[in-house]
Amino acid sequence: MSKINCQCGHENPFGTVLCEQCGRPQTEEAKKSELIDMRYEGSARRSQTYKRSIVDKIWNFFSSVKVGINIIVAVLATSVIGTIFPQKLFVPAVTEADILAYYEKYYGFAGTLYYKLGFYDMYNSWWFITLIGMLGTSIIIASIDRVVPLYKSLKKQRIKRHTSFLKKQRIYAKGQVTNSNSSLAKAEEKLKELRYNVKTEEGALLAEKGRFSRWGPYVNHTGLIIFLFGVLLRGLPGFYVDESIWLREGETRAIPGAPGYYLKNNEFHIETYSKEDDAAFGQAIARVGTIVKNYQSDVTLYKDAEGGLPGQSEQMEFVKDYSIIVNKPLNFDGFNVFQMDYRLDELKSMTFHLTEKATNKSFGEFTVDLNNPERLYELNEGTIVELKDYYPDYDGVENGEPITKSPIPNNPAFIFKMVTPAKPDGEMSFVAIQQTLETEVNDYKVNFVSAETRDITGLVVRKDKTLYILLVGGIIFMIGVAQGSYWNHRRIWIQKGEGNDLFLAGHTNKNWFGLKKELDKVKDFANLPQYEDRLDVETSTGEMKGDTL
Amino acid sequence: MQLASLSANLLFVSFVAYLVATLFFGGAVKGAKLQEAYENNRWGKIAIVITILGFITHLGYFITRWIASSHVPVSNMFEFMTAFAMMIIGAFILLFFLYRTPSLGLFALPLAVVIIGYASMFPRELTPLIPALKSYWLTIHVITAAIGEAILAISAVAGLVFLLKNIDLTKKSKQRFWLESVMFTLILVVGFVLSSSTFTIMGYEAKFTYINKNEQRAQIIYNYPPLFGMNEYESLTPDKMTPLAEMPAIINAKTLTTFVWSVATGVVLYLLLRLILRRPIAALFQPFAKKANSQVMDEIGYRSVVIGFPVFTLGALIFAMIWAHEAWSRFWGWDPKEVWALITWLFYAAYLHLRLSRGWEGEKSAWLAVIGFVIIMFNLIAVNLIIAGLHSYA
Ligand code: HEM
Repeated sequence: MSKINCQCGHENPFGTVLCEQCGRPQTEEAKKSELIDMRYEGSARRSQTYKRSIVDKIWNFFSSVKVGINIIVAVLATSVIGTIFPQKLFVPAVTEADILAYYEKYYGFAGTLYYKLGFYDMYNSWWFITLIGMLGTSIIIASIDRVVPLYKSLKKQRIKRHTSFLKKQRIYAKGQVTNSNSSLAKAEEKLKELRYNVKTEEGALLAEKGRFSRWGPYVNHTGLIIFLFGVLLRGLPGFYVDESIWLREGETRAIPGAPGYYLKNNEFHIETYSKEDDAAFGQAIARVGTIVKNYQSDVTLYKDAEGGLPGQSEQMEFVKDYSIIVNKPLNFDGFNVFQMDYRLDELKSMTFHLTEKATNKSFGEFTVDLNNPERLYELNEGTIVELKDYYPDYDGVENGEPITKSPIPNNPAFIFKMVTPAKPDGEMSFVAIQQTLETEVNDYKVNFVSAETRDITGLVVRKDKTLYILLVGGIIFMIGVAQGSYWNHRRIWIQKGEGNDLFLAGHTNKNWFGLKKELDKVKDFANLPQYEDRLDVETSTGEMKGDTL
Repeated sequence: MQLASLSANLLFVSFVAYLVATLFFGGAVKGAKLQEAYENNRWGKIAIVITILGFITHLGYFITRWIASSHVPVSNMFEFMTAFAMMIIGAFILLFFLYRTPSLGLFALPLAVVIIGYASMFPRELTPLIPALKSYWLTIHVITAAIGEAILAISAVAGLVFLLKNIDLTKKSKQRFWLESVMFTLILVVGFVLSSSTFTIMGYEAKFTYINKNEQRAQIIYNYPPLFGMNEYESLTPDKMTPLAEMPAIINAKTLTTFVWSVATGVVLYLLLRLILRRPIAALFQPFAKKANSQVMDEIGYRSVVIGFPVFTLGALIFAMIWAHEAWSRFWGWDPKEVWALITWLFYAAYLHLRLSRGWEGEKSAWLAVIGFVIIMFNLIAVNLIIAGLHSYA
């Protein structure tokens, strides 16, 4: 591609709109327009220059901000749709059929449609992920397309500009002053005082500040890309552990996802606010009822002793005691253990009493551990109770056999064999909560005395190696937006014309109001000609009414 | 308890101060004939002083309530909204000193007044924190997010002034319709405040039992005459009105009743105003916007987005993620409230790009700012009351 030679002698790359050095417009369009487009300094961008090959076309597609905005709006719209009904994540059903049934039951036809269209799992859908991928691609390509030429032309800009460049700025003035040399010198003094970086060249002055803010968007886009990269990594195995564990009081178990570590639940408790201790909230407690104050699991962390065989409890080494509460997870070795859920009062053990029906004579008590029941219980006078069968979650009788729904002791039932001196062959009895069945009429009886319960805590185990990447991305993003938002790139050109004529022009990438305030100070101090803001028709025409845009 | 009532009184003082300051800003705008006078007249100076005094008492409310409940007072609808109104005033004061525009105050202060009014319709007693909220991140996250949202709200105020000034209300047009819709929406909020306070003053209460979504019997108290009954309701106060229709379990018929009453009151109020004024409500406010400089309003609108966007990102996304990671073990869970924060963020990102690269300035940008505020309010109000996930207040 051929270079573009400017009248000033500078050789510009193909596609340049404004000469990199003197600012003269190079294209017909730029020559004709009232105000020149100062974005990217009129530099040659790849996307505006090459339009032939397939690579060019893809490049141009993704570097277009119009396309970028459309992608952002598409992500936005999909996200909105995803909040119309609860996502699959929040639906208390596991199988697809149950999930469909849920949507149908609660949301009718609209719910069924929502399910069928796949909106119920929006944020894991391939099209959502594709959109995010396109967003990332667009950010990368659009940034590269602009940052390189912008950097080059800001570096190459000359102090002295051609008047055609100055004339096409939004802030512009041309006028006679009493002494252009002294005005220029005073302007330089004032601009320096306003912390501008001032450069001069034979009757021309360029004052510039905040150029670094121009890199803000590119820094923040880099942050976004790092963040998206972190999110992408979580898909790979090993970067991310997410397990849950139910732990009964008194129980010790291996921590899933964290080999070599064990957790013991010493106690779980719930505290509620009370009107006495929390008097300030009396009214609210009266209105709402109970309000929970704290969920807490007191745990002990162990790990495999060095050199010991994994999983052998005698060889566990104490690590620490900790109270896990909401907002205060247990941390160790990059893992976090969170308080997430609980179940209160699970049956732990039941105590029974063996008696002779006729005399009510007692043979003593025995206790069945409901999670680890023993088979034989020896009582007084040589009596023995044998646990023949155990149904932790008894759910009626099917085909003449009692059945259990689950291994969790929600509704325990037992078949006991009672062997007494009087009945050495034993008697059988089926015992469930509030129910005793006998195949034949027995002489002896097992009575329920008491039950012991305990709480279970539900914990979540997480390890996320990508968190730091995400955090770094977030911090870089914040630096970038702050840099681009709270600082502006301002430039003021002052140049001598013929005789005592002075040209004045100003540009900023944002906050024109701030630029004008500073210019006013310089103007008053150095006696410069009155400039006009060519976009502010209302002030310049002296009336306070009218459409400016 | 004394502290709590002191706190309530301070809030009331601020409320009155904002109302009075609005009048003075009105005087400042009306009296100004020239740009100079507009920026520096007596009325305007008095107005900003009263606004600042109101802001200080508002801050006093916030601090005393903080001490009384020993946690940052942003944990329910009343507390959050009053804090939000305070931050809107703070953001306005900041931008007033940057640009000296009374017109902005004339519209920003009533917005704060309406928000405080709205907030006061919710239970106002001190509430304790549930375990999930017990973290210093509550303070950091909510305050930063609210400051960001408040600055973004100023952009909508500037946009509204711009639109009121520049849209021709004498001719029928899409713009006129939508501008009038914005006015109408504000009147609906007033309708809610009016109807709710009327029935509260009357002490209206209707009690029901009903079957909730989990198929359990529960109790509910209506403060409005029940237009809609909850699922399989049974009245405990038979002398009160019988609901006109029963709703299925997923619809909160109480919220629906409140909503319908508010809309009805708002519509009646709107029609009355139209009858009396005999022109669009927007036309009533237009003269007050005419003095503003469009270019300056446009710039305030843009500037406040530029200032607010980073603050919002930090508070509503970054701090939110850090906290979510600490409380719920995941930094992001696609909870509706989170998703709407993301939507708000994407929306303002689109605003910035449209403005920067596609030249959407002036009117287009003003409309976007107003829409942005609608999205923010939707997240603060509707998501909490309707979609409500983990973030729903006790
Ligand atoms: C959610 C995603 C995005 C966010 C949060 C974001 C954020 C930003 C911010 C804050 C700015 C600075 C705006 C200003 O200073 O007024 C900016 C500028 C910019 N963004 Fe993005 N952006 C995103 C996506 C994109 C995409 C997809 C594109 C692709 C076309 C893009 C292209 C640009 C360009 C060209 C600029 C102007 C750069 C300059 O003036 O030098 N951005 N972006």
